[in-house]
Amino acid sequence: MKLQEYTESKYNFEECMKCTVCTAYCPVLQVNPLYPGPKQAGPDGERLRLKDPYFFNYALKYCMNCKRCEVVCPSGVKVADLIQAARIKYDRSKPKLRDRILASTDFMGSLARPFAPVVNGVTGLGITKTALDTLLKIERQRTFPRYSARSFEAWLRRREKEQAAFPEQVSYFHGCYVNYNEPKLGKDLVKVLNALGVGVRLLEKEKCCGIALITNGMSEDATRHARHNVSVLRKAVSEGRKVVTTSSSCTLTLRDEYPNLLGVDNADVRDALLMATRYIFERIEAGAQLRFRTDYHRKVAYHVPCHMERLGWGIFSEKLLRMIPGLEFTLLDSACCGMAGTYGFKKENYAASQAVGAPLFEQIRAVSPDIVACDCETCKWQIEMSTGYTVQNPVSILADALDE
Amino acid sequence: MRFDTVIIGGGLAGLVSSISLQQAGQRTAIISTGQNALHFFSGSFESMEEAPRRTVELFAEAGIRLHYSPGVRLTPLGTFRDAALSLEDISLFPTPQFGRKILLVSFMGYLDFFTSFLAEGLEKQGMSCRIRSLDLPEMEQLEQSPSEMRSVQIARTMDRIWEKVVQEIRVLLRDEDTVVLPQVFGLQDTSVPGRIRQGIPARVVFAGTMPPSVPGIRTQMLLKRRYEVLGGTYLMGDEATGADVRDGRVRSIATKNLDTHGLEAGHFILASGSYFSKGLRSNPFRINEPVFGLDVDYAEDRNRWYHPDFSGEQPYMGYGVRTDAVLHGIRDGQPIRNLYAIGSILGRTRPELGSAAGLAIRSAFVAVDEILKSDPE
Repeated sequence: MKLQEYTESKYNFEECMKCTVCTAYCPVLQVNPLYPGPKQAGPDGERLRLKDPYFFNYALKYCMNCKRCEVVCPSGVKVADLIQAARIKYDRSKPKLRDRILASTDFMGSLARPFAPVVNGVTGLGITKTALDTLLKIERQRTFPRYSARSFEAWLRRREKEQAAFPEQVSYFHGCYVNYNEPKLGKDLVKVLNALGVGVRLLEKEKCCGIALITNGMSEDATRHARHNVSVLRKAVSEGRKVVTTSSSCTLTLRDEYPNLLGVDNADVRDALLMATRYIFERIEAGAQLRFRTDYHRKVAYHVPCHMERLGWGIFSEKLLRMIPGLEFTLLDSACCGMAGTYGFKKENYAASQAVGAPLFEQIRAVSPDIVACDCETCKWQIEMSTGYTVQNPVSILADALDE
Repeated sequence: MRFDTVIIGGGLAGLVSSISLQQAGQRTAIISTGQNALHFFSGSFESMEEAPRRTVELFAEAGIRLHYSPGVRLTPLGTFRDAALSLEDISLFPTPQFGRKILLVSFMGYLDFFTSFLAEGLEKQGMSCRIRSLDLPEMEQLEQSPSEMRSVQIARTMDRIWEKVVQEIRVLLRDEDTVVLPQVFGLQDTSVPGRIRQGIPARVVFAGTMPPSVPGIRTQMLLKRRYEVLGGTYLMGDEATGADVRDGRVRSIATKNLDTHGLEAGHFILASGSYFSKGLRSNPFRINEPVFGLDVDYAEDRNRWYHPDFSGEQPYMGYGVRTDAVLHGIRDGQPIRNLYAIGSILGRTRPELGSAAGLAIRSAFVAVDEILKSDPE
């Protein structure tokens, strides 16, 4: 008898033992009865879908792709990947205009940026919100991210020479958010890395990582972005540079979603692609030093974003924040804020999105910090809107605490 | 990154050892491949023979009250097992005959609580049983997704509406002296089981459901929170992939998420569990421990791994890693001096430490005491 020595299946789905642990931690299942839950939508459903695509369930769109099911799975099943891969493979519905708009973060950013003051004014108006709500089903209670008049790329390009003068260099995948909405975060990163003796370079024209394209059913566009980004990453890496990022979702997409969901091979660049906090921590561990102010006093509560949790790198942001003298640190319980990128903008998801985040908001109010620290921009929108507390990326907190 | 001790496995053994070490002033990290066997926890610790003050104190500081009263506990199938120490809400009885007339209460549409098995078991012990299912409008939302109507989902609702359940049961109650309810109370608000007991004019027994175990998840959450408050680092969803062992000592371990970033420490604890959590791996030819390659005690002849009687005691369940008397893991016949194996990865190789939850706690304390008395490297 010939025995199979090891069982292997795509996304490890044959490893599912039906233990139901994932269902206990799925944030969506707790608030949305229309969602079949990670076990049904993932490994259980996969068995049926493999028999006949007829069994594909459109309710899979309610999955936020937070990956918490994968983080808690004792058997290593890539539950969220199974669900997203099924959506890519079987979902034949065309993305709505609204979803196309929400997903095209870099296109919208480049349109809005030149008219930033006008756009920011208009999106804050009640009449605009009502119009977007009625016509496009974008929830009117949502606060929209503000656009910056000057892009981060333009700012850094003017400093190319000055940055090139540093003895070492990294490339920075800044993402749409830093480029169009908050160039300050990029500037803060430059400040911290410069203090470590490291200069910062742009990639050769990055594109949006594509995470919102994947979740909004536009995986072909996402795959084009992925191929382009991997080629510009490859160029930087082949020249001997690491590539750092300040967004946990961009990082997870570039490192894991490209090969696992889009089939775009990134094996030669994956290890060189790091969250900036990991890169900074490793520099300090290797002997580099950051000098901090002695008059910095802040109470900081750190929220580990879901995708940071999946990367397993929250520890680096935490250890860096704890290095700042005068910073009183609290680690918030691991929980989803409910935003999940474009998910929380959609009218049909708004109530669920707020309900998912409620325990986190409650804990933040109880801790009552000066700043909530968080490595994800969409968590920032959700937490600031829902609690009124200021949210900053750990890199910005480091930059503020630096002794210049 | 460097710690005093790195613990592989975030279940009961891993949490108890790491909390003790943090309390003693060490800096520790836990690496946990997903959630753990606490999600299947009965709520009772078997085979903890002496009065376990150290355990009771450690749990109390995490906000978990335990009671010690050697006897038996009720299983989800209506049978009884020896137990001595339990979570406060899990009843222990001196003998299986804990009542005369029993009211068994479940919820409409809830399939993970076996009232008829329970009734059959209790009737065998001479108790008479009446079964009722509550139909609560608050649970309609859950019923829309029947496949996911599980203990934890119900428990989240019960944290809000338990008072209503008490009222319904007061109406149902006739001359029964005991009410048996599923363990779906007190997931977040740990005072709920006690308040239910106060509200019902009969003895209230909470019986086990199909997994996930609500008392187990509550225990996991509270122990993990206690560990993090003490400053511990819990790396959830990561996996130890290999170790650097030189001259009989572990120098560092590598993990899946931290790839090139090794975790160094003076001591290492292997609390990675048995087959289910992949602390032990098996294939048709061998059984091995994947992180350090420790020696595993098992029969060479594969036919002896199994007992032909399916429900009989299965030899493979007893296999575990070899250790010396103070639980140093043994590789190629030699102990690794700063590595301790604790919890169910020991299988039944150290029967003096008890089984399951008892083994997890007692072996954790053995390792902690050894670490604290040995010189830091």
